[in-house]
Amino acid sequence: MAAEELTLQSHIQHHLTNAKMCNTEAGIAFNKACSEAGFWTWHIDTLAWSIGLGIIFLMIFRNAAKKATVGVPGKLQCFIEMIVEFVAGNVRDTFHGKSKLIAPLALTIFVWVFLMNLMDLIPVDFLPAFAGWIGATFFGMNSHDVYMKIVPTTDINMTAALAIGVFLLMIGYNIRMKGVLGFIKELTLHPFSSSNLFVQILLIPFNLLLELIALVAKPFSLALRLFGNLYAGELIFILIGAIGLMQLPLHFVWAVFHILVIVLQAFVFMMLTIVYLSMASSESH
Amino acid sequence: MTLFGELIAFIVFVLFCMKFVWPPLNNAIEARQQKISDGLAAGERAEKDLQLAQAKIADELKEAKAQAAEIIAQAKKRAEDSVEEGKKRGEQERENIIAAGQAEVQAERNRLREELRKQVAMLAIAGAEKIIEREIDKNAHSDIVEKLVAEL
Repeated sequence: MAAEELTLQSHIQHHLTNAKMCNTEAGIAFNKACSEAGFWTWHIDTLAWSIGLGIIFLMIFRNAAKKATVGVPGKLQCFIEMIVEFVAGNVRDTFHGKSKLIAPLALTIFVWVFLMNLMDLIPVDFLPAFAGWIGATFFGMNSHDVYMKIVPTTDINMTAALAIGVFLLMIGYNIRMKGVLGFIKELTLHPFSSSNLFVQILLIPFNLLLELIALVAKPFSLALRLFGNLYAGELIFILIGAIGLMQLPLHFVWAVFHILVIVLQAFVFMMLTIVYLSMASSESH
Repeated sequence: MTLFGELIAFIVFVLFCMKFVWPPLNNAIEARQQKISDGLAAGERAEKDLQLAQAKIADELKEAKAQAAEIIAQAKKRAEDSVEEGKKRGEQERENIIAAGQAEVQAERNRLREELRKQVAMLAIAGAEKIIEREIDKNAHSDIVEKLVAEL
């Protein structure tokens, strides 16, 4: 019983570990050798899958964009235009003001995150087992030492990178719309202000603290929400996959539910990005 | 490091999307929207035109009908007139013919009467000659005879 539990545990552990690559004194090292590298590890599976999916997304959309006609559109163009119009509508409703960046940004986030989430619906053992087989057959590795996590959004690095990108844009928009001074003023003179100069100066640290927390909480919530949802979903897929034949109906139910989750999470990430940037570029609170 | 890698990938993707994907798609969509709205406006205009044309047609039809009715009424009146005239002329003709017939009859009667009177006079003279059995001096008694003839 103990041995079985151990294998189940290690099975889950195995599924939730990224393929790693890092520099050590001995040169480039992989996986377990990288346990000491910490932050300076490359998660090559996350990178490969996310960038691959991003390139697929851009290729499909570029293809449709090149062939885009004003006349009767083809089926692909119709589909792409539906997505584009959906995103454009949301941006129009939420972001007041003109920006050439917001709409493509929102589109990229929506489709890219959706595609990365979509990897969650591929049965959990398919690709890792395939990767293990390749590793065992062509590289002479123990197939259990080959790690492959195919859902990039279950890697906190991925979601954090997106959130940091949005965060940088937020700061950029703040500064562009209000100037450096205006941005600092907004951070220090709200939400508490006073007409008395002395009291005002006293209030500045409180305001700064509150506003900084509010500002930093945004990218954190973005990154952790997406990561948490997808990680939990993936974990449950793995657990379901481990219970034997009974997994079939359970897996189906969870997958159907998860279709909703992945679209919703992609949409939420896009929507919040638009909202944050809209707040950053508007004058007052 | 993964974080930086993903961050760079994210930036590159967004820039690519901004440069090469969004503008053509959005332009196509907006151009089509423009086209559709133009088409709808044209359709509306055409419908209005059609309504105007229909109203005009109805007007003209009404006018034509009125004209036709007038023409028919005139024609009817003229026909009635001509019938009346023909009747009148026929009557006139009849009266003329009757009058001419009567005149002829009268003339014939007059002529016959004249002749009859002459013959009666002659008969009377012959009778008288026989009655008085003597020769009457035609010259001496012609005035009596004349008087007799005139009396007949």
